[in-house]
Amino acid sequence: MCAASNPVAGRDGLAVLDPEEIRRALTRIAHEILERTHGGDGVILLGIPTRGVPLARRLAARIGEFEGLDVPCGSLDVTMHRDDLRLHPARALGRTELPPGGVDGKTVVLVDDVLFSGRTVRAALDALNDLGRPRAVQLAVLVDRGHRELPIRADYVGKNLPTSQREVVHVLLTEVDAEDSVMISGEGGKP
Amino acid sequence: MKRHLISAADLSRGDAVLILDTAEELASLADRPIKKLPTLRGRTVVNLFYEDSTRTRISFEAAAKRLSADVINFSAKGSSVAKGESLKDTALTLEAMGADAVIIRHGASGAAHRLAGWVQGSVLNAGDGTHEHPTQALLDAFTIRRRLMASRGGLGGIRVSSPRVSTVGAGGARGAGLDGLRVTIVGDVLHSRVARSNVLLLSTLGAEVTLAAPPTLLPLAVGSWPCAVSYDLDSELPKSDVVMMLRVQQERMTAAYFPSVREYSRRYGLDAARMARLPGHAIVMHPGPMNRGVEIAAEVADSVRSTIVEQVANGVTTRMAVLYLLLGGTEFPATGVAQ
Repeated sequence: MCAASNPVAGRDGLAVLDPEEIRRALTRIAHEILERTHGGDGVILLGIPTRGVPLARRLAARIGEFEGLDVPCGSLDVTMHRDDLRLHPARALGRTELPPGGVDGKTVVLVDDVLFSGRTVRAALDALNDLGRPRAVQLAVLVDRGHRELPIRADYVGKNLPTSQREVVHVLLTEVDAEDSVMISGEGGKP
Repeated sequence: MKRHLISAADLSRGDAVLILDTAEELASLADRPIKKLPTLRGRTVVNLFYEDSTRTRISFEAAAKRLSADVINFSAKGSSVAKGESLKDTALTLEAMGADAVIIRHGASGAAHRLAGWVQGSVLNAGDGTHEHPTQALLDAFTIRRRLMASRGGLGGIRVSSPRVSTVGAGGARGAGLDGLRVTIVGDVLHSRVARSNVLLLSTLGAEVTLAAPPTLLPLAVGSWPCAVSYDLDSELPKSDVVMMLRVQQERMTAAYFPSVREYSRRYGLDAARMARLPGHAIVMHPGPMNRGVEIAAEVADSVRSTIVEQVANGVTTRMAVLYLLLGGTEFPATGVAQ
């Protein structure tokens, strides 16, 4: 089970972002996406399950509010492309849902909650490769906690959070966990 | 989940629903330009077939290949089995070649169970004698759930409950079992591994199963199975959501089980007149290969209620799900934090 999909773990940690701060970070990212993609033309948002999906939907809703633009939004499950499959028992699959029209020729913005080793994003790039040929791929994350193990960086970051390897970062979202917050819990505190 | 899939009874309700949900995700692969996933790269799957088979072998082969596993096909004809090699020695040979999974079909009931004691990898039973055929039951359950449960919506599944996230697409039945559905399995239950696996799995998933067959074609111990028994097909039809016709397995029949094929067909065959007695939403299934004109009339097999072709397509996705869940991970505890 990956740490990010355990809904109850981490409630005892230290809160680093409150609901207001999460809202402001997403608002800023939505504006940045519009800026960087010249008005959001040809953009589609793909959330990585579990918590990337509601984040992508929130971003799409924001962009709709600001520009009256209906940004297609979907989800991209990366489980079958992970490089650590053999280190865990087989996981249940998340959902892949592409907006009608697919990804060909679009600017795909991948959305995830936490950017850590970068391995999930690598898996997402592989998964995307089998679905079509986007014009460009960008990455938006709510929290960048460092410790990259691959040459991957995010284009849009909600908050840079310096952490130690042993700490665990949990993003809680209303849609999944009934509350909004980002928690960091103790040294070696595994769920 | 256990390491092997020998019997449908090995699966808890949770395991079975997980397999069906996984298959539901994998079904979307068929619409994609690249119908392949890298998940089982470098793993070897052996198809060990001692009995003839078209759809099961091809279906397992397609499933393994779509997950990027290497597939070795072995059929008893033209191999050392013809020279008298035993199942155990064949198994040890496969073991030495590093098979991660062995898919076995054998004429002897219990062959898969014996094999599981001899090899390190996972054993998947693709039909052993008149015992079991669990992946057929899984694909049947998947077909039933897609056809009949999707419209009812997923019943309290694992999906996130917020209306903003739960967009119900093709996988509307996610997390659901087959609760409350009435399934009638008709015909040669005695020789049918499909019937046994289906009774076990469908009842695990909450369906009410009734066997409709002549007394001579029911096994002695049927009283201990989790299902009802009827000798009268016509009285069962109006209350069935699913009718599953079984093939009359003449190659396994060593005695006279019914007076004539014509009489069997008249009493237990599904023709257009009988099909008309089914409720409007009911579906007709057959595991194949069919004897048209014996247990199922041609106009029934080709009607819109028939799911026979769908079952074959669903076979590949369901078997992919099983292969992924058995071979995709490891039993060892997690060593790192994945985010």
